[in-house]
Amino acid sequence: MAITAGIDAGAKNTKVVILREDVVVGRGTNPTGFALSEAVEKAFVLALEEAGITRDQVDRIVATGAGRKAVHLAQGNVTEVTADARGANRLMPSARTVIDVGAEEGRGISIDERGVLVDSAVNEKCAAGAGAFTEAMARALEIPLEDIGELSLQSTKSIDMNAQCTVFAESELVTLVHSNTATADIARSVHDAISSRITSMVRRVGLEPEVMLIGGVGYNVGFKKSLEEDLGMKVTVPEYPEYVTALGAAIIAKEQLGGA
Amino acid sequence: MRANYGYTDGSGEWYITIDTNKCDGCRACEEVCPEGCFAIEVDDYDDEVAMVTEDQRKKIKYSCGPCKPVGKEHVEPCHEACPHGAIEHSW
Amino acid sequence: MAGEDKPEYWRWPESRWTNPDLDWKAGDIITAGVDVGSVSSQAAIMVDGQLFAYSNMRTGSNSPDSAVNAMDWALKDTGMTLDDINYVVGTGYGRVNVPFSNRAITEIACHARGGNFMYGPTVRTILDMGGQDCKAIRCDGRGKVEEFLMNDKCAAGTGRGMEVFADLLSVPIQDVGEMSLDIDEEPNPVSSTCVVFAKTEATGLLREGWPKEKVLAAYCSAMAHRVVTLLERLGVEEDFAITGGIAKNRGVVKRLEDELGITTLEPRYDTQIAGAVGAALFAEALVKKQRKQAGG
Ligand code: SF4
Ligand code: SF4
Repeated sequence: MAITAGIDAGAKNTKVVILREDVVVGRGTNPTGFALSEAVEKAFVLALEEAGITRDQVDRIVATGAGRKAVHLAQGNVTEVTADARGANRLMPSARTVIDVGAEEGRGISIDERGVLVDSAVNEKCAAGAGAFTEAMARALEIPLEDIGELSLQSTKSIDMNAQCTVFAESELVTLVHSNTATADIARSVHDAISSRITSMVRRVGLEPEVMLIGGVGYNVGFKKSLEEDLGMKVTVPEYPEYVTALGAAIIAKEQLGGA
Repeated sequence: MRANYGYTDGSGEWYITIDTNKCDGCRACEEVCPEGCFAIEVDDYDDEVAMVTEDQRKKIKYSCGPCKPVGKEHVEPCHEACPHGAIEHSW
Repeated sequence: MAGEDKPEYWRWPESRWTNPDLDWKAGDIITAGVDVGSVSSQAAIMVDGQLFAYSNMRTGSNSPDSAVNAMDWALKDTGMTLDDINYVVGTGYGRVNVPFSNRAITEIACHARGGNFMYGPTVRTILDMGGQDCKAIRCDGRGKVEEFLMNDKCAAGTGRGMEVFADLLSVPIQDVGEMSLDIDEEPNPVSSTCVVFAKTEATGLLREGWPKEKVLAAYCSAMAHRVVTLLERLGVEEDFAITGGIAKNRGVVKRLEDELGITTLEPRYDTQIAGAVGAALFAEALVKKQRKQAGG
């Protein structure tokens, strides 16, 4: 029985998925911080513990994510989009568009029925196009990141945010707070802003149903709602959205073993 | 005058350049753009020319995205519409 | 001076100047330019094409008030009042909110014209690094714009990006430049352009034990490099001048000069007043045009 692992060395968090045949038996995560190897080791150990196995039982490890080339534990690596495509396809074979919004990058991916990548577009290197935007805005609003999604669902009116930069948006948001704008409405404007940027990126790769949203931002119900409105389409978020990329890498590791 | 509207941010360079020596203010771009990126206005030197609207200047990477599909041959509608070739994109 | 009460690490001091050798009462055409920026506002008064007075102060929360304050401060103790001024042009981000102005002109055109006056007609490339934007302008010998770009979307490469760093390191903004030059060896520039990601990078460097000076050096050279990329779109033609708040930051200017292999012109006035001076010059030209038309 083949046991494989996928390690997603993201800019913010490192995630590990362990697969026994086609079943996920262990998951682990740790903040990447400034010491990647340490984070990889910790997340890997957590996943091994959950799987109840030792490290030499793992037949093959494939890394992905921004730090994939620096993961020395791995025997191979694949790009995030390839891993995303495979992971999303496993969870929902009908998915044709995959949107992966992580802390530092947003990706739009179109895939075929076998989980093969067709096209992809990315928002990168600008915090305004990724999860870091929402994080900074939650901080400026002085509310926990986990709460900003729920909060925005209570909004009664939409307001436009002018700033297209995280730094300038922080000041704009402070002005809104001072002018007594409801926090729920501000939270919604944050999600609308990031969603419109993600939507135009996704439209570049062609928008086909079904649409799956993965990455840590998948937990944000407020963002999901804004995204569904902008796309005019239902968006599905799988369980453990932040592990889909690591899952894809683990599946690819299994395929690379061949046979079995 | 070559007017570059847009920005350079962490992700790259995103500019629409309008050559006001070529532009005669015919409004073709204004009519064809699905995002309302253009307006015809009198500039500081009293010429009536096309400009990229104020609120679009900060988001053209996103606004023009759908006109620039990944992996497909394309000509932007504004380029096609301009009879004088006065409009360029930097990407 | 207003606003000096609490320590702010990230704003330039205000300034004011009057030409002691000029008798404005003997003047014929008196014009003014008011540049209302997002962070600072300036007023410049010209008498027959000569600079008579200027002020440079912070922009408050309200643009019209800031315009009035800057103008009042420039007029202070000169004996001149607003009524003595023939024509006022407003410019900058708040240009449509200058209550006493006769016309609004964009900051690009005003900067080119003001730069031409302040640095002389040989100036061909002007870089203005303001509080929340960055402009690159190529102009002809009369100060007319040939090509420009203006970036007010992204905080990187603007005063604001520098403020974020000054704040992070608790260093007063006017000391950033000198401190960044107080190093033994030039470090690699901060690799992220994005201010948010650059801040994360800097936090990591501080954790590794880098002194503040070295972190500032890494950021100043990143900023210089970013501005060079902007300039390269236009092509830098000499003479080259830098205006705006960042022109006062030697740490950025020196690295910029090194990267371009060009030295910038020495400023003769406060580098932040180029927009206001240009606006006052446009005003003068407009008065002359009106008189000519009236005179038939
Ligand atoms: S590319 Fe499309 S959206 Fe962009 S300016 Fe041209 S027509 Fe408008
Ligand atoms: S500073 Fe702002 S606009 Fe620039 S790259 Fe970062 S988030 Fe984007």
